[in-house]
Amino acid sequence: MSRAALLVLADGRFPAGGHAHSGGVEPAVKAGRVHGAASLAEFCRGRLHTAGLVSASLAAAAVLGLDPLALDEAADARTPSPALRATARKLGRQMMRAARAAWPSASLDALAVARPRGAHQPVVLGLAARAGGLSASDAAHCVAYETVSGPATAAVRLLSLDPFDATRVLAGLAPELDVVAERAVRAAVSATAEGLDALPAASAPLLDVMAEAHAAWPVRLFAS
Amino acid sequence: MDGLSLGAGVRATARIVATPDGLPVLAGEGPLALRRTRATGEHHRVTVVGAMSAPLGGDRIAIEAEVRDGARLTVDSAAATIALPGRTGEPAHYDVRLSVGSGGELHWLPEQLISARGSDLRMRTRVELAADARLVLREEQILGRHGEEPGTLATRLTVHRAGRPLLDQALAYGPGAPGGWNGSAVLGGHRAVGQLLVVDPELADKPVEARLLGESAVLTPLAGPAFLVTALAPDARLLRRVLDDIGTAQRDFMPRLSVR
Repeated sequence: MSRAALLVLADGRFPAGGHAHSGGVEPAVKAGRVHGAASLAEFCRGRLHTAGLVSASLAAAAVLGLDPLALDEAADARTPSPALRATARKLGRQMMRAARAAWPSASLDALAVARPRGAHQPVVLGLAARAGGLSASDAAHCVAYETVSGPATAAVRLLSLDPFDATRVLAGLAPELDVVAERAVRAAVSATAEGLDALPAASAPLLDVMAEAHAAWPVRLFAS
Repeated sequence: MDGLSLGAGVRATARIVATPDGLPVLAGEGPLALRRTRATGEHHRVTVVGAMSAPLGGDRIAIEAEVRDGARLTVDSAAATIALPGRTGEPAHYDVRLSVGSGGELHWLPEQLISARGSDLRMRTRVELAADARLVLREEQILGRHGEEPGTLATRLTVHRAGRPLLDQALAYGPGAPGGWNGSAVLGGHRAVGQLLVVDPELADKPVEARLLGESAVLTPLAGPAFLVTALAPDARLLRRVLDDIGTAQRDFMPRLSVR
């Protein structure tokens, strides 16, 4: 177990392309649904308990050694929006490049060959965490945190939100991040015995609607 | 209602089996009554009637429909289902298990599910489709009766096609749900949410493109021969209008699978 490897993987400067994505907050700001710290916190909380939980469980399951291609298929079934599937694969491809540089491993190589256009990002992150000697809980925390840190960072740029307010939102969500990561790991452990239907499938209807609207914008600040 | 033991709710399972020739099994139970509402032609139709419209806390009710190879079946319901609180504070469970065999077709079109204040319902829908089976499935959830706060509602729809996952969607709302469900990532204050799923092997050759249906609904092609309409609306009537509109549009490009 390496604690420092988790810092490397979770660092916002890890070159996996996440900074170009708003996690759905750009269309939410445009629609007036997110306009300040309080509405940002509710947005992040909802994303954490839906997309965040699902992604964290996929990553945890990958660390536990479940078949990455089956996990990739399970991720597709849990992502009805083609814009969000494309985003997840694009981020997965970038994560793959960075992960193979950081923690070369046969399992990452095999997934890169099987999914040359990119696997879903949490699956790649899970394999990277495993290669780096991290635990399922580490990977789940890392993914759950990304789910909220992306929108919070983007909101600073989109709303000219005070960065201190954005950081307060993230710190306020920390206890719920722990709960979600723990649920994700429990589900992943269940999935090793019961199959992948044991992984959560929590969905967020507005994120799906807004993702498709955003993908059609001619000009946007963030890729998703 | 059957009182199996003190504090226990109703236990009931209704079963439907459709073949190209008829309905060899049409068995209601307890509050779940089934009526054959169209016997003509090859396309059978069954309507769920009766007191299934009110699962109370502690109840465990289930419906199983098996559409065998080459059969066509439509199942609808006579009234909305209203989840109500029970005496014990226990959740109610409502399981729907559907299977469609080779060349079969199922239209699963129940009325709305309404989550009344104080209720707690876990609804689980599992669908197993053969590779060349067709499906039209509509789900509508209404959070509270008119002007009422919702109860706790957790639903999950899992669809496998040829043994592989095609769609898996869980929704959780109300006071017992994890935080953020009413925020701008999930419901954004809407009180009606619905899904219309269409699976047809013909979509493999002519996939539909994603498109917005107004400001709070979207049609999305899945990673398989299927599309899903996800719709949010302020109330049940406006939600049904969106889903009916797409049903009408669908008739134009997929006449075989026209809704109703």
